[in-house]
Amino acid sequence: MGPVDYSLLFLDLLVEFCAVVFLLKQRALSKYFTLVLYLCASIAVGLVRYSIIATAGFSSGMYLYFYYFSDVLLTICLYLVLMTLYSHVFSEIGASRMVHIGAMLLLAGTALISYYMVSVSGYRLVTKFVMELSQNLYFVGVVLTYLLWGAMMKLRENRTRLMQLVLSMGVYFSAFAGSYALGNMYPELSVWHYLCHVMVMWLPISWAYTFVKVAEDARTATARVVAPTTTP
Amino acid sequence: MIAVLIFVISVVTLLQFFVSYSRSLIVESRRHTLSGDTLQICGMTAGKMAGDQFQRLVQLIALCPEPGAEGRRVQTVSVYFKLLGFARLILNWAIPSVARWIEAEREGCAYVAAVVLDRRIAYTRVMMAEQAGH
Repeated sequence: MGPVDYSLLFLDLLVEFCAVVFLLKQRALSKYFTLVLYLCASIAVGLVRYSIIATAGFSSGMYLYFYYFSDVLLTICLYLVLMTLYSHVFSEIGASRMVHIGAMLLLAGTALISYYMVSVSGYRLVTKFVMELSQNLYFVGVVLTYLLWGAMMKLRENRTRLMQLVLSMGVYFSAFAGSYALGNMYPELSVWHYLCHVMVMWLPISWAYTFVKVAEDARTATARVVAPTTTP
Repeated sequence: MIAVLIFVISVVTLLQFFVSYSRSLIVESRRHTLSGDTLQICGMTAGKMAGDQFQRLVQLIALCPEPGAEGRRVQTVSVYFKLLGFARLILNWAIPSVARWIEAEREGCAYVAAVVLDRRIAYTRVMMAEQAGH
């Protein structure tokens, strides 16, 4: 692990910390608690990862275990964020409770399927299970975000802030699911290691931008975002 | 096999989400009315802005002091602009009719850059007025 990795790790933490400050300043805590929760969890995980690297080293087994377990933890936090977004979208038709139950069942189901896939593969390594689980959780995240975006288009949801939050989640989940899949196909590819740091910054930056620049009452027709426009 | 499938689907959804996200930034920028000075700098005629102006506007943005997190929006739209350039290169040859849509999107990107430049010019003016006041 060189100075570039340390700089990127520090930059990740700085961006996340700034995003928390921006979100709190915009009074997003009560309405979007899970977003702040995810960012705080990500900062805590980043600090622990840094301390493990400083004490045990980057190539230690301890770091490897913690990296993948904390990644699963953060992905579960992202599920909570997604549930919040589902609740906001479906609040008007009174289906929030059903959405919560459905998401919890899906989370449990993904964990069980991932465990089954690893247990039948021959070598029962816990880290292998966690890697497989991460890839599957990110992919389920992609599917859930896609379904949410589809529902938003169907319901003609026009809240710009909600729209940008959902789309940024879609970009994040797709990028990570793709990168994990590529990591499984080509484990020796090192470029993804640096790209992961950059991708981690996507959510805090896009969230901070949305809360600072997009007003709560701003409205945009979903059709304008999806369909091509020719007029300025 | 599963990894390949997940990779392909993820790339497709990533493109779809990223394009929609960039378009939401463009739609949001359209609400901002550009000042006369910025319109002149952009060479905007009859409410239309050429997509080719984008790179020049980004260079001008870099010359002005940054008031907030505006730079991130330009970076995101820059990636979208490059993606459109790549699509134009490929699709112009395969589906020539799509060129008009791509050009409209490039114009949208240029408009986002013009809005950011407009805000930075206004910010610079305020800064200069404050300095002159001291």
